[in-house]
Amino acid sequence: MSNLSVLIDAPILLVQLVASGILVGAIFALVAYGMALVWGVMNIINIAQGEFVMLGGYIVFYLAGAGVQPLFGIPIAAAAMFVFGFAVYRAVICRIVGRDMFVSILATFGISILLQQLANQLFSADIRTLPSGLPTFSFDNGLVTIAGIKIVGFVAALVVGVALFVFLRYTRIGRAIRATAQNARAARVLGVDTDRVYATTFALNGAICGAAGGLVAMTWFIQPYLGLTYTLRSFMIVIAAGLGNLPGVIVAGSALGVLEEAAGFVLGAEYQTAFVFLLLIVLLIGRNALLARQRKYLR
Amino acid sequence: MYTKRSILAAAIGIALLAGAAPGIAATDDTIVLGAAVSLTGKYSTNGKNTKDGYDLAVKVINDKGGVKVGNKAYKLKVVYYDDESTSARGAQLVERLIGQDHVDFVLGPYSSALTKAIAPVTEKYKMPMVEGNGADRSLFQQGYKYMFAVLNTSDYYLRAAVNILADEAKKAGRDPKSVKIAIAIENDNFSQDVRDGIVEDAKKYGMQVVIDDKLPADLNDMTATLTKVKALKPDALMISGHEKGAVLGIRQVAEQKVYVPMLALTHCDSAQITQKFGKESDYAFCGSQWDVSMTYTDPWFGNSQQYANMFKKAYNYDPPYQAAESTASVEVFADALKRAGSLDKDKVRDALAKTDMTTFFGPVKFDATGKNIAKSMVMYQVQHEKYVVVAPSKWAEGKPIYPAPTWDKREADSKVSRK
Repeated sequence: MSNLSVLIDAPILLVQLVASGILVGAIFALVAYGMALVWGVMNIINIAQGEFVMLGGYIVFYLAGAGVQPLFGIPIAAAAMFVFGFAVYRAVICRIVGRDMFVSILATFGISILLQQLANQLFSADIRTLPSGLPTFSFDNGLVTIAGIKIVGFVAALVVGVALFVFLRYTRIGRAIRATAQNARAARVLGVDTDRVYATTFALNGAICGAAGGLVAMTWFIQPYLGLTYTLRSFMIVIAAGLGNLPGVIVAGSALGVLEEAAGFVLGAEYQTAFVFLLLIVLLIGRNALLARQRKYLR
Repeated sequence: MYTKRSILAAAIGIALLAGAAPGIAATDDTIVLGAAVSLTGKYSTNGKNTKDGYDLAVKVINDKGGVKVGNKAYKLKVVYYDDESTSARGAQLVERLIGQDHVDFVLGPYSSALTKAIAPVTEKYKMPMVEGNGADRSLFQQGYKYMFAVLNTSDYYLRAAVNILADEAKKAGRDPKSVKIAIAIENDNFSQDVRDGIVEDAKKYGMQVVIDDKLPADLNDMTATLTKVKALKPDALMISGHEKGAVLGIRQVAEQKVYVPMLALTHCDSAQITQKFGKESDYAFCGSQWDVSMTYTDPWFGNSQQYANMFKKAYNYDPPYQAAESTASVEVFADALKRAGSLDKDKVRDALAKTDMTTFFGPVKFDATGKNIAKSMVMYQVQHEKYVVVAPSKWAEGKPIYPAPTWDKREADSKVSRK
């Protein structure tokens, strides 16, 4: 527990941990948005979510190689991944919508393996990283430092979150998406083209992952096998936020980020991820107990 | 009747032939080596380095007339399988190489983990294996008789860094006991063995290990560890975790302006840190199995520089040490085969055990456990975006720069040089 006493002696370090946790969590939250959307609307858990992030990262990486400023690469990657998401929907996903969730997990797991191996063949397993070209902000004699790119990531996550909220709330297709999520059959009866809704939703998810991937390449690094980390993390955030709670996603993402950093500091890096998973289990048990009480009232 | 009988005879003949020569086995003037290497999966970059190293050795040895065993010259040939960077697959494929393809001998895979998976198989079949990419010390504590490794064990990667710290402390009039070390090393066999080496040498000098973090395999952010480093201000931060560890270490230390007098890493050259990070990689110390400036020579390649030139010409990239040690593994086989004068497995094993040779990669001599005790590691430091060997003194091209300048000073310097 000597690490804890360090934290008590220098509380400013807590600021570093919280700030870094919130900023890191926001990028994960961005990926989780997409997953929550697809899950909520189509009842599909997209295991290939992390691979979409990876592909977005490679697009920005290679665009940067061709001379495109990485920050401008992000919208291009989002657009490209929108198209890619649409293509994946037409090729595979449209055949499994409405089927058992197990089928969708298997199918998207297959897609994830395929994308990993393809990326490995096309881009090699080398670890790639992109300098963001942004300055690092330093406070209190360098005890707290925040990389510019992490702030960009946080802002991007917020912007996408708000944009998605507005889109779902006020646009025609957004309303159609919400209607389909509530009751696909009723929506069809009322003239909503649910197939188009699903395609748009999945493509939108691709775009979100594409943008997140660009941020990941600029903040950390990319390689063909990074997907599972992002899939699991976004899965966890969606669960923690509660399904259908889109605004909750960014809060949950950031909160998990902060707790993870704090655990890494106090307990050591080896318990960093383990701690968060433990927390998730506690959360699920707690929520289940709460729900059980509600169910009793209903009865 | 006659034709029926001849058809029957032909059928039996074909069946016999098929039975006698299954798979890829040796024709009478080729020695077939089998290797399961990682061509896909997380080790595929280093797996390719390994394969390229083997292929170049085979090509050069064959071009120079092959290997003379007894009175007969044999050509070498390698049969590859892709182990997909997974241990279970590696073991399965070596079983197949030996059992079905009847290869004559086995070359090692890439990584300690894969070597650990296949060594029990080669032992079971009493099949000699020379490997250049499995360095975890625990490999040599199993009593294996048929495994020989041309490289230094992994605990040696960063021992030199600890020694440099002790020297510099003494020079500055400080007691080495006051030196503080922070360790952030991935939680796998190889990397933890690197850590054990650091801790053992630190103990020898009475240094304090103030941070000892085990990085999880899926970690992509070291902020928690680096925040601790900021708080505890150690004299050295030592990070290891294959290419990912090197990339993440340089990137986040620079980005978060974490100041340590010494940053020590592994896998710098295969992670291409100077190309990726330029100035930000300056002053980092790196442990390496081999360096192109070393001047050992052998009859096949000449010296390291000549090897590097040949390699670059053939594969279009500079050979990392992972390729060099793979090439050396084939050379060791060629040398042992010549001395054994036979293809008999046990005779070749005994010849391997008596190996005492010099390759461009370094001298090779095995102890009873099969590890190479003649070679030493090198430690280089990135100075002006170039690798400069700083230890051991025999190969040193320059002096270590310690302590590294602070980030403020580095920024000021780069502004001056820009003007």
